[in-house]
Amino acid sequence: MYAQMVKTDSTKVLSLAEMTDEERAFQERIDRGEKIEPTDWMPEGYRKTLIRQIGQHAHSEIVGQLPEGNWITRAPTLERKAILLAKVQDEAGHGLYLYCAAETLGVSRDELIELLHAGKMKYSSIFNYPTLTWADIGAVGWLVDGAAIMNQVPLQRTSFGPYSRAMIRICKEESFHQRQGYDIMMKMAKGSEAQRRMAQDALNRFWYPSLMMFGPSDKDSVHSAQSMAWKIKINTNDELRQKFVDQTVPQAEYLGLTVPDENLRWNEEKGSYDFSEPDWSEFFEVLKGNGPCNRERMEARVTAWEDGAWVRDGLMAHADKRVAARTAAE
Amino acid sequence: MSNETTPSRSEWPLWEVFIRGQHGMSHRHVGSLHAPDAEMAIKNARDVYTRRNEGVSIWVVEAKHIAATAPGEKGPFFEPSESKVYRHPTFFDIPDEVGHM
Repeated sequence: MYAQMVKTDSTKVLSLAEMTDEERAFQERIDRGEKIEPTDWMPEGYRKTLIRQIGQHAHSEIVGQLPEGNWITRAPTLERKAILLAKVQDEAGHGLYLYCAAETLGVSRDELIELLHAGKMKYSSIFNYPTLTWADIGAVGWLVDGAAIMNQVPLQRTSFGPYSRAMIRICKEESFHQRQGYDIMMKMAKGSEAQRRMAQDALNRFWYPSLMMFGPSDKDSVHSAQSMAWKIKINTNDELRQKFVDQTVPQAEYLGLTVPDENLRWNEEKGSYDFSEPDWSEFFEVLKGNGPCNRERMEARVTAWEDGAWVRDGLMAHADKRVAARTAAE
Repeated sequence: MSNETTPSRSEWPLWEVFIRGQHGMSHRHVGSLHAPDAEMAIKNARDVYTRRNEGVSIWVVEAKHIAATAPGEKGPFFEPSESKVYRHPTFFDIPDEVGHM
């Protein structure tokens, strides 16, 4: 998931009887499966939760360009390089769609970016892990984008119209990402011994961070209930994580690679895999800003923003000048 | 929408993007983006929204120029068409003998 631990400002979900008339009418629309549009009335908590979630999702797309961008100049073939460039371009576009969706809720993109740079908004924990080898680019496409798709497919039905439409558009493009990642892994896993080892090493390092993308276990996820009542979230964290494991393990087996979990077993009774939980203390540390690359990622973002200020100002001044010239000519 | 910027900052205005597809009859709204001017908005729209053969023609319009109906107007604004079913060709029964019409 690209948005983890999104606060809802609510400690408990209100029953219909406890709601004001406006809130009840709103909840009934949600329950009927109606989409909420930007100009519709909505509870302040719903608006804030969505700004946090969509904003965090948008930030993740942008920060997510950094670990992959790290390998553009070092991609092993020209074809792989062109593919990686196209993928990173897609991520920029996804960020753009999502910022626009967030803006329909009355916040501006620059405000959101300012909050990100000030450390007041989060982005997905996964992008705080380094890409150390070329195989990591394969693992990111296969596992990270795979986990993102697992989460985004149900979000196409999320209750806020602009978010749901952004998800529909993004999902169409994401499957290209996941496939290209798996394609890299296939090449590496079936290549030389050194390549195979590199692929296994990438899987070892990205497995648990990918499982963390779905957010904390349901029993520790205080805000899920409200998000689910509002149908911002459609599935629980654990449901999606289980689905991801069930889908991914056979894909690893096909590659001849081993999932780094000695407790991983097929459970005939429940028809899915049993697996070890990620180390949640690591997860909370990464969210707090203490992961392997948190500082580096934010530094890169803030530097780009600050160093680019004169270019943005110049473009704006040029646009204003042309408007003024056109007005004078009329 | 907050494309009316605060005086201390110069945020790029928001543009709405409309694209007519390969075989499309009309332009459809596909999303929005920020750009300093119309030319840049069109260039960015080309890069972001037509990377996979989505269209052959792009319109951009600054969001502040768009006026919209309010959700509360749904009833009074759109209801009358439902009470005038005779506007639809299917309302009229034409005898089979007359042939296709």
